[in-house]
Amino acid sequence: MVERSPVLDAASHVVLLLGVLVIAFPVYLTFIASTQTSQEIVQVPMSLAPGTSMLETYRVALVGGVTSVGGRVSSVAHMMWVSLVSALVIAIGKIAISLLSAFALVYFRFPFRTLVFWMIFITLMVPVEVRIFPTYKVVSDLGMLNTYAGLTVPLIASATATFLFRQFFLTVPDELVEAARIDGAGPMRFFKDVLVPLSATSIAALFVIQFIYGWNQYLWPLLMTTDESMYPVVMGIKRMFGGGDAANEWNVIMATAILAMIPPAVVVLVMQRWFVKGLVDSEK
Amino acid sequence: MGAISLRKVVKRYGSGATANQVIHGVDAEVADGEFVVIVGPSGCGKSTLLRMVAGLEEISDGEISIAGRVVNRLEPAERNIAMVFQNYALYPHMTVFDNMAYGLRIAKVPVAEIRTRVDQAAKILELGAFLARKPRELSGGQRQRVAMGRAIVRKPAVFLFDEPLSNLDAKLRAQTRLEIQKLHGELRTTSLFVTHDQVEAMTLAERMVVMNAGRIEQIGTPDEVYHRPATTFVAGFIGSPPMNLVRGRASGAGFQAGGQLLPLAAPAPRDGELVVGVRPEHVELVDRPAAATWPLRVQAIEMLGAERLVYGVLGETLFTVRLDATMPHPKIGDVVGLRAEPGHLHWFDAASSARVEGPLAPTAAS
Repeated sequence: MVERSPVLDAASHVVLLLGVLVIAFPVYLTFIASTQTSQEIVQVPMSLAPGTSMLETYRVALVGGVTSVGGRVSSVAHMMWVSLVSALVIAIGKIAISLLSAFALVYFRFPFRTLVFWMIFITLMVPVEVRIFPTYKVVSDLGMLNTYAGLTVPLIASATATFLFRQFFLTVPDELVEAARIDGAGPMRFFKDVLVPLSATSIAALFVIQFIYGWNQYLWPLLMTTDESMYPVVMGIKRMFGGGDAANEWNVIMATAILAMIPPAVVVLVMQRWFVKGLVDSEK
Repeated sequence: MGAISLRKVVKRYGSGATANQVIHGVDAEVADGEFVVIVGPSGCGKSTLLRMVAGLEEISDGEISIAGRVVNRLEPAERNIAMVFQNYALYPHMTVFDNMAYGLRIAKVPVAEIRTRVDQAAKILELGAFLARKPRELSGGQRQRVAMGRAIVRKPAVFLFDEPLSNLDAKLRAQTRLEIQKLHGELRTTSLFVTHDQVEAMTLAERMVVMNAGRIEQIGTPDEVYHRPATTFVAGFIGSPPMNLVRGRASGAGFQAGGQLLPLAAPAPRDGELVVGVRPEHVELVDRPAAATWPLRVQAIEMLGAERLVYGVLGETLFTVRLDATMPHPKIGDVVGLRAEPGHLHWFDAASSARVEGPLAPTAAS
C-alpha cells in the first residue's frame, strides 16, 4: 500500500482477479446457460460458449407460454412488474415514513418522545422473520393477502432508516432552524425546503439499499401470495423448479435469473455516484 | 420605526424550586435608529437576551416591545426583525440569491419585488457576482455579507446581531466592523449587537449595555462607560489592559491598601472601605519614589510596538502601567513612583462595588 514493488503489484492483482472470478463466473455461467437450449444445458460438461437460442429463451421467459420441450412457464414480465412495484413502494414508503418520524423525533417536543424513540430503536433488534406469523395474521385479517398492499405495507416500517435520518438531523445546526423561523417558515415548510434537500444524498443511498431489499424479498411473498399473478420474480424463479420427476427448464430458469438481476443492477449503476456520496460524506 | 423596550425581563429555565434564573429583571430602552451593543463576558446572558428579543427564547417574565407593540407572544417572523447569526446559518443547498430571497418568498412578496430587493442588497454588500453561488463556494467574509443581505432584504424594524464577527480573522473583522458601521449609517435601522469583544463594542456602539451575570451593570455611550464606569465590574471589563483596582480604606489624604499607605493628592469622596481605580494609561512613572507618589515594584515588562506595559505590585495588588514606547522605562526589580491626576481616580464602594462620585469627578470629554 505504501511502497510500490512489482511483486506486491502482481500479488494484489492476482487476489483481485480471483475475487472477480469467484463473483463473476457464476453470473457468466448463468448467462451462458440462458442462451442454450434445454438439451445443450444437460450435456456434461456444459459448454462455456454462448448457445444459439438466446432470443427464443428470453422471449418464452418474458411472455410465458410453452417451451421447446413442452413445459408451461408463466410470464416473467408480469412477475418483474410485481417486483418493481413492490420494491418501489417499499423503498419510497420506507424513506417517506422514516424522514417524517425522524423529523418528529428530532424537532418536536411531545410526551414520551424518548420512549417512542427507544421503541423504534428496539425493533431494530427484531428481524422480519421473528414477527412473520403475527404479521401474517394481521395482514390476513385485514384481507390484504394477494394484494400489493399486503406485499409492501408490513415491510415499510424501518427503524434503520429512521435512526439514520435522526442521526443526520441531529447534525443540522440549530441556527438553521432558527434562521428558518425568523424567515417565517413553519415546521413543514422547513422540512420541505431545508431538511429534505439537505438529506438528498442520504435519501439516494437509502433508496438504493431499500430498493434492493424490496426486490430481494422472498420469504414474505412466499407466505402471503397464493395467486400466481402476485408472485414477485425472486419467488417466481423458485416456482419454476418442477417437483418430482418433471424436467426443469434450466435455460428458462437461468434467463429469469438474469432478468431478475437487471433492475437492481440498473438502480445501483444509475445511483452509484449519489450512493457513494451519501455513504461517505454528509454535505452541510 | 423600531424602538425596542425591555421591561423587567426575566429568563429562567425549569420551574419551581429547581428553576435556574439567568436573566434577572432587565430594563432597557433602545431608541429608533440607534445602534446599541450588548457586551459582557461569556455566560452573562447577553445572547439569551438577544434571542428573547428575536423570539427564539421564551420570555419567562416581564415584557419586550418592538415599535410600540408587545411581542412576548409573537413568533419570530411576526416581530419584524432580522437576525445575523454567529455561524451565518445560511441554507447550504440554496444559492446566495435564494438564501436572501427565502424569507420574502414565504412572505409571498411578488417575484419582481424580490428581484429588486435582492439586487439592491447585493449591490450594497458587493455580492452581485456571487448571486448564483452556493454558500460553500464563498469565503467567510462573503458568507457573513450574505447573512447580512438576508437581513437587509426583509427591511425589518430591527437588526439583531449575535456575535457576527467572531468567526472571522482579525483583519476581516476590522474591515467588516467598518462595513457594518457604514451600513448602519445608510440604513439607520435600529440595531442590537451582541459581542464579548470590547473593541467591537466601543467602536460600533452609539450606546452600549454592559452585562454581567444576568444583570445590566451600565448603559451609556462608549465615552461614558470608559470615563465613568458605574461599577468595578465595568471598570475591570472595559479598557485594555483593564483598569487597576486597589482595595483599601480611605481616611483624609491617605489610602491604606494592604499595609501600604498611599498618599492622595485630593481626598477620597468619603472615608471608609473603598476601591480606587486608575487606568494603566492614566498613570505617570516617576523615577524615584517621592513623597506624593505610590511605590510600584516592577515585575515584568511587555513591549507591544507602540506602547510598553509595565507590570508590578503596589502593596499586595497587581498593577499595570501603560507607557508610550518612546518614553524611558524602568527595569525589572526597580521600585518606581506612580502618580495619577486626582481627576483620573475612580472611586467605588467596597461592599456594593458601585461608583462613588467625588467632588472631583473625571470629565466625560477625553
